[in-house]
Amino acid sequence: MEILIAVIALALLVVVILVVSAPLRAVRRPQDCKPEEVRTELEAAREAKYREIRDAELDYRTGKLSKEDFAVTDRALRAEAIEILDRLAALEREGEALRPGALE
Amino acid sequence: MALLGRVCLLLALVVCAYGIGASIYGVRSGRWEWAVSGRRSVYALAGILTVGFLILEIAFLRDDFAFNTVADTSSRTTPTFYKAAAVWASQEGSLLLWAWLMSLWSSLALFLTRRRIRDVAAYATAIMLGFGAFFISLMVFYAQPFATTSPAPSEGVGLDPLLRFPTMMIHPPVLYSGYTLCTIPLAFGMGALLARRVDAEWIRVIRRFAFGAWFFLGIGILLGARWSYSELGWGGYWGWDAVENAALLPWLSGTAFLHSLMIQEKRGMLKIWNISLVLATGTLAIMGTFLVRSGVLNSIHAFGGQTLGVPFVALIGVLIAGSIYLVVTRREMLRTEHRIDSLLSREAAFLANNVVLVALVFVILWGTYFPLISEALTGQESSVGPPWFDRYTVPLALILVLLSGIGPVIAWRRATLANARRNFIVPIAVALATLVVLLAAGVPVKPFALAMFCCAAFVAGSISQEFFRGMHARSAMAGEAPPIALMALVRRNRRRYGGYIVHIGIAVLFVGVAASTSFQHESELGLSAGQSSRVGAYTIKYVRPTASVTPDYDSSSTQGGRELSAIIRAEPGVTLGPDTARTGATLSLGAVLDVSKNGRHVTTLYPSEGYYASEEPTQGSVGHLIGGQPVSHVAVDAGVTRDVWTAIAPNIETPQLKRIVTLGNKTLPYVHPGEGMVAIAALAAAYMKSSPQAQFHLIVSPLVMWIWIGGLIMVGGALIAIWPAPSVVRRRVTARSRARAERGLARA
Repeated sequence: MEILIAVIALALLVVVILVVSAPLRAVRRPQDCKPEEVRTELEAAREAKYREIRDAELDYRTGKLSKEDFAVTDRALRAEAIEILDRLAALEREGEALRPGALE
Repeated sequence: MALLGRVCLLLALVVCAYGIGASIYGVRSGRWEWAVSGRRSVYALAGILTVGFLILEIAFLRDDFAFNTVADTSSRTTPTFYKAAAVWASQEGSLLLWAWLMSLWSSLALFLTRRRIRDVAAYATAIMLGFGAFFISLMVFYAQPFATTSPAPSEGVGLDPLLRFPTMMIHPPVLYSGYTLCTIPLAFGMGALLARRVDAEWIRVIRRFAFGAWFFLGIGILLGARWSYSELGWGGYWGWDAVENAALLPWLSGTAFLHSLMIQEKRGMLKIWNISLVLATGTLAIMGTFLVRSGVLNSIHAFGGQTLGVPFVALIGVLIAGSIYLVVTRREMLRTEHRIDSLLSREAAFLANNVVLVALVFVILWGTYFPLISEALTGQESSVGPPWFDRYTVPLALILVLLSGIGPVIAWRRATLANARRNFIVPIAVALATLVVLLAAGVPVKPFALAMFCCAAFVAGSISQEFFRGMHARSAMAGEAPPIALMALVRRNRRRYGGYIVHIGIAVLFVGVAASTSFQHESELGLSAGQSSRVGAYTIKYVRPTASVTPDYDSSSTQGGRELSAIIRAEPGVTLGPDTARTGATLSLGAVLDVSKNGRHVTTLYPSEGYYASEEPTQGSVGHLIGGQPVSHVAVDAGVTRDVWTAIAPNIETPQLKRIVTLGNKTLPYVHPGEGMVAIAALAAAYMKSSPQAQFHLIVSPLVMWIWIGGLIMVGGALIAIWPAPSVVRRRVTARSRARAERGLARA
């Protein structure tokens, strides 16, 4: 029984060491994934901005935003969305040669 | 296997220490492979604690009483389901559960954020591993779940009878999920401040975990209230118990955060407020754990005994000091130029909602910790009871419900008169109509209750109006039939409309609370068989007593068992058999109650009191079989309009019954429980014959079921709000999508 416990404990230790040390042994470093991270964040920001634009329109149509405030808000949100789309487009142009996939 | 469990804990502690160092080194040096290694330490921690938890579970299921926790909280006769759940019935097992759940949720959070805000995530990793190291250290040095005794006892003490209730066994894992999920926004919040990266990204990342914490805490609180009402025998669902409050506090501050978060997203405001709420919620969750684990306050929940108070106080002190330091030193980057344009605006309504919620937190915090503070200052213990809490929380709850109806319909930035007329006329009309109807129906004038009913009606009116207008807008824009438009509206705006459904649930729940507390009829009195009592509009008659004997062995297999069966057969009304109700009671004495209204039979109720065996040999061979803590098994006839709730406290201290126990103790040997049960059977038979007067607690409460219905509505709304949107499709930015943004995006 003690031998079995020792074997299990040792196996657990080996697995833990392999899992935890994998990034340190990897050929491709997480530094290389910076563009990937920026892209993921921009995409999340884009979806959030789309949601804000839909929310603003819904607020206007259900009487919680005046026409003037909706026009101002909508214009500002769309401008922010375009800025995000432009940044994404620039990232795509820069990263045409970047191979996708993260370290994990 | 206990040795393997201890090895797991030590390995987990080492992994935590490594992960903290690797994460901090990685983020400070820019060598991100170390930060990734730190993140993987969290995954490894989850794996190790899963192994540890499984070891303890297996020990319980195999009745391995060499484990102290198994011997203390389980027995061979404990039903399998309760054995599996008994892991967290002990202090040690519940600490392991806490650490395990925290590691699982932390792993999920870090996996989902592995490609985002890695600098913030690295600091968050270190903080989460810090929590892990703290709880594992408690298990290594103070309360050891894998401690053993040799030689192992042949039988365990068994599960506390109060915990033999299905929802009570689910309650701890759900509540602990809520507590542990609270630490994730706290960790990321601190990480954002440490990384000096307080833009909108980290908020987007932690939102779902803040919601998850709120969700699980809410369910845990409801389950606890349900258990209290159905099991504890006092007839209530909320007693302002210290540990109840401990779960409510982070739920309230989490609710405030989820609302003020919307203001930050819409207007970029309240950054300092939001980060403070996140840090406070996490700290309150740790304080709640402190209350439950340290036993520092008297509570039906507190496990007491173990001196975990000092480490917890140290951790809480570090959290509070660290939070204040980080917020103060980063306040400049948290400032915003935007201001609230008008007090009559949605922003102001949300802010007011936050103020009320935080006020509730302060009131409940003071009332809960007052005994500690008082004892520290004066040396004398004191406490505040439900009347003190009600005095301050009831008005605040009224304002909160009212705001939950105002918030959804009031305009952003500033509400004009025309706007207010358009948005508030229907909800106000519904509220006034409700008041008129209630008064016309002759409902007694209880100001707070009537005010709550009207506020709830206001909420129902405003939310219904929101659904109707949204459906109408969608139908007009998309050309869809109203039912289709409604479904599409909710699907495309889950967060908003799920939140509205939660508001409806809150209103329904508070209607139930107001009605059941303000219009309750209650009676505590002694009745003999044949006597009746009037409670509200109902007449409750004590028809006859009941008695059942449930030995934990096959009564046909021994001489004593056969004698037992013979005695039982000779006595009508006394039942003998296996413990099908799984209460674990040796003896149950109860009553048959006939409930009628206006002469018409409504229902029959069977309340009883269970008597359990104790481990005290000084109580005697017969006395110890029923010497444990008795537990009331209430009987409830639940309905949409009212509950009829009954509990009984039989009198087993009559001279005749005491004589049976005394004689049994003298003549029957301790080592043969079968023969002791013969005396218990005789006791039951004597109880049925003599039928002494019993004490009854009788309650008729209107609309109690609305509390549970309101809770279910809240759960449904939360699930809709939290349901993930289709995953972000990685699509190339094309001229077309840009044009869509410029021209007009997908309809609401």
